[in-house]
Amino acid sequence: MAIWLSRSKKIAHLLKPKIAYFPQPKIAPSEFSYKIYENHVNSSSFGTLSGENIRSPHVFLDNSATMSALNRQWRRTESTRAGEQVETVPYSDDNYEDENQALDFPGGRVSFTHEMKFISEAADKRIPCYRVLSDDGYPIAGSRFEQVDKETAVKMYKSMVTLQIMDNIFYEAQRQGRISFYLTSTGEEAINIATAAALTSDDVILPQYREPGILLWRGFTLQEFANQCFGNSADYGKGKQMPIHYGSNKHNFFTISSPIATQLPQAAGVAYSLKMDKKEACVVAFTGDGGTSEGDFHAGLNFAAVMDAPVLFICRNNGWAISTPISEQFRSDGVVVKGQAYGIRSIRVDGNDALAVYNTIRAAREMVIHEQKPVLVEALSYRVGHHSTSDDSTKYRPVDEIEHWKTARNPLARFRKWVHKNGWWTDDEESELRGSIRKQLLNAIQVAEKMEKPVLAEMFSDVYDDLPSNLHEQEKSLRETIKRHRQDYPTDVPV
Amino acid sequence: MASSLRRCNLGLILSRFQSISGRSSNGGTRLRRLSTAMISEERVSPYSEGAGNKSINLFSAINQALHIALETDSRAYVFGEDVGFGGVFRCTTGLSDRFGKQRVFNTPLCEQGIVGFAVGLAAMGNRAIAEIQFADYIFPAFDQIVNEAAKFRYRSGNQFNCGGLTIRAPYGAVGHGGHYHSQSPEAFFCHVPGIKVVIPRSPQQAKGLLLSSIRDPNPVVFFEPKWLYRLAVEEVPENDYMLPLSEAEVIREGSDITLVGWGAQLSVMEQACVEAEKDGISCELIDLKTLIPWDKEKIESSVNKTGRLLVSHEAPITGGFGAEISASITERCFLRLEAPVARVCGLDTPFPLVFEPFYLPTKNKILDAIKSTVNY
Repeated sequence: MAIWLSRSKKIAHLLKPKIAYFPQPKIAPSEFSYKIYENHVNSSSFGTLSGENIRSPHVFLDNSATMSALNRQWRRTESTRAGEQVETVPYSDDNYEDENQALDFPGGRVSFTHEMKFISEAADKRIPCYRVLSDDGYPIAGSRFEQVDKETAVKMYKSMVTLQIMDNIFYEAQRQGRISFYLTSTGEEAINIATAAALTSDDVILPQYREPGILLWRGFTLQEFANQCFGNSADYGKGKQMPIHYGSNKHNFFTISSPIATQLPQAAGVAYSLKMDKKEACVVAFTGDGGTSEGDFHAGLNFAAVMDAPVLFICRNNGWAISTPISEQFRSDGVVVKGQAYGIRSIRVDGNDALAVYNTIRAAREMVIHEQKPVLVEALSYRVGHHSTSDDSTKYRPVDEIEHWKTARNPLARFRKWVHKNGWWTDDEESELRGSIRKQLLNAIQVAEKMEKPVLAEMFSDVYDDLPSNLHEQEKSLRETIKRHRQDYPTDVPV
Repeated sequence: MASSLRRCNLGLILSRFQSISGRSSNGGTRLRRLSTAMISEERVSPYSEGAGNKSINLFSAINQALHIALETDSRAYVFGEDVGFGGVFRCTTGLSDRFGKQRVFNTPLCEQGIVGFAVGLAAMGNRAIAEIQFADYIFPAFDQIVNEAAKFRYRSGNQFNCGGLTIRAPYGAVGHGGHYHSQSPEAFFCHVPGIKVVIPRSPQQAKGLLLSSIRDPNPVVFFEPKWLYRLAVEEVPENDYMLPLSEAEVIREGSDITLVGWGAQLSVMEQACVEAEKDGISCELIDLKTLIPWDKEKIESSVNKTGRLLVSHEAPITGGFGAEISASITERCFLRLEAPVARVCGLDTPFPLVFEPFYLPTKNKILDAIKSTVNY
């Protein structure tokens, strides 16, 4: 740094913030800056600044604490020197000179500055989180939001409860060994349901995997959820994927795949198709906080921005990617700030406030469709459950933390208070709903469990549109092996 | 990344090719004749309209196919890095002017983005024709191809598919491409159920196979032999025609040994066949064309006739697709084989710049293997 400074008299003028207006038709930039440099090093008013300080990178950061102190020092000399400059370099728009004021760079003009000012790695204040309801379920004074009618609000609440109970029962079913795997959305019910409620059924969902509430809202039945988790013959995926990898063409919900963030660049392609077809619909693509570290997150956001693709990106920032906390995931102020670098409008919302999520998604969807541009929503929440049934999150995070989010910040409890206060929901209705959903789910599990598995031929179908000769051959060979060793193969798969 | 190749001229390619293949100064012309000679009149006729045939090179044939694909399907799109101005190999010349920037466009420099975008576009019932500028740069898109495109139909129980996806990528040696402008990564993709891998050997084949790949209801990775883009010239019907996938073709009949290859390597193999004939060895040369799902039966019946098999490809020998062919044919024709299956392939080193002539499976390496197999 020191070497660099000593050799760079020409850029020394950049050290001087807020002093001179650079363009000076009569004085060559190099001479001008050299003079400033001389003034600078000779000035007694810089006595408090050691050479070390000047060389420190902090000098160039206008947001750092040191800078504000330094700025005061600079300003002491500013008036006199600025006065001199005003005298010799009158600045006004009238004598604006293109080549000195701005760089005609491909992609748009970039103005010049005499200040060497690095953009700070962080803003002074973290981006605030849009919220409508207080923890007590009261609308926060002054909050702006679109009122949700009774019918929608009650449906939202019922769906959140249904999702919660479904998670509990399927989780238990896995613990009992009846299904091989499960993954709950516990703690993120509001993001799931309020998002679904704010969309139309034409909007195409590219899910990560913790968004079954969207399907639920759109009419995917508890029986259909159970069929997928049991991989039976009624599962639309024909038993080929692990539990929770739902998909439904009918509900515009792309089939879930386990790899993280792969759906994000795909979302740009799907949205481009909607755009070409001039559809009044958008793509809603989900990711978690961990997913934002994948290259596909970058690819997806950049492609959507460049292609002006109508994608609503929703990041469920729930604090944890399996055991990795967000402090070990990124150094940025979460995810919301990443949007601007891609040229994408972004907002941070309280993901546990159903009304705030609903309003945010409604507004974002409107922008995405009518401006034909992507928008990024970061919904702050907390993964109250373990990552999946293969995980025990108490091994890496405090139980108190989980408990806090489960109780004090519970999204269902908050929304219920609001619905209750409106006189739209009673305790009796609550217990009746819970009993009924529980019964339906237990029944769905029983039915799904009894149903036979998909026939063996399905193992070979759908690799291609048609069965190629190698698969014909392999199927034939496998069937002969099965005949010889029936005991090696499960009996519940019809061969 | 393409700058070095963009700057190279045809003369350079020709001279390099001659030095590698060890042929005289008229080697370029001879290669053209060989390439044309592979397609006899009766093979042209099924899809030829007669008068509409013009001699064009391989990139022009690809360009014709793309014009036809966009013309015949309003839901077809062509995109990739630098595709808008015509592409670094000129394959997409004129498309943007003709069909508009909404259907033919540049993408950001991001292979996983290109393929991911293409998967999404194809999943909506479009023909997404994506270009990866060099096969060497396809690896960032490997996840999108292997975990997404290939499994899209299977994992959804056929509720969704991205069958309209075709990924075009120039592959193979070019005389001066070094590590990152020369690789033949086809074997990686042949290990992936759910996609098809297609490689044409000549302009006429390129046009017909590309149109079939684009219209096939399954995702296809289509590798184009970049060495032949300008070098291979033959008569190509101007009309819209398709050549069947998963169907190999005997391009030279023979009785003593079967040679199997694909893409640019076939012209090297053809030269070895011609040389071998002078020594009285009759070689049957087969173009596999589609690597998966591949036409095992045609190779099997040829080997049952000749009793010998040689496979040749530019990619490193270990784990190359030649190993698969060798194992499958040994299983099927064990008692008929009169010698071990020979493989003449690239060596197990990264693709080396100045050592390229040593690395490649050249005519004389193939000729030696033909002789030792026949005399086994």
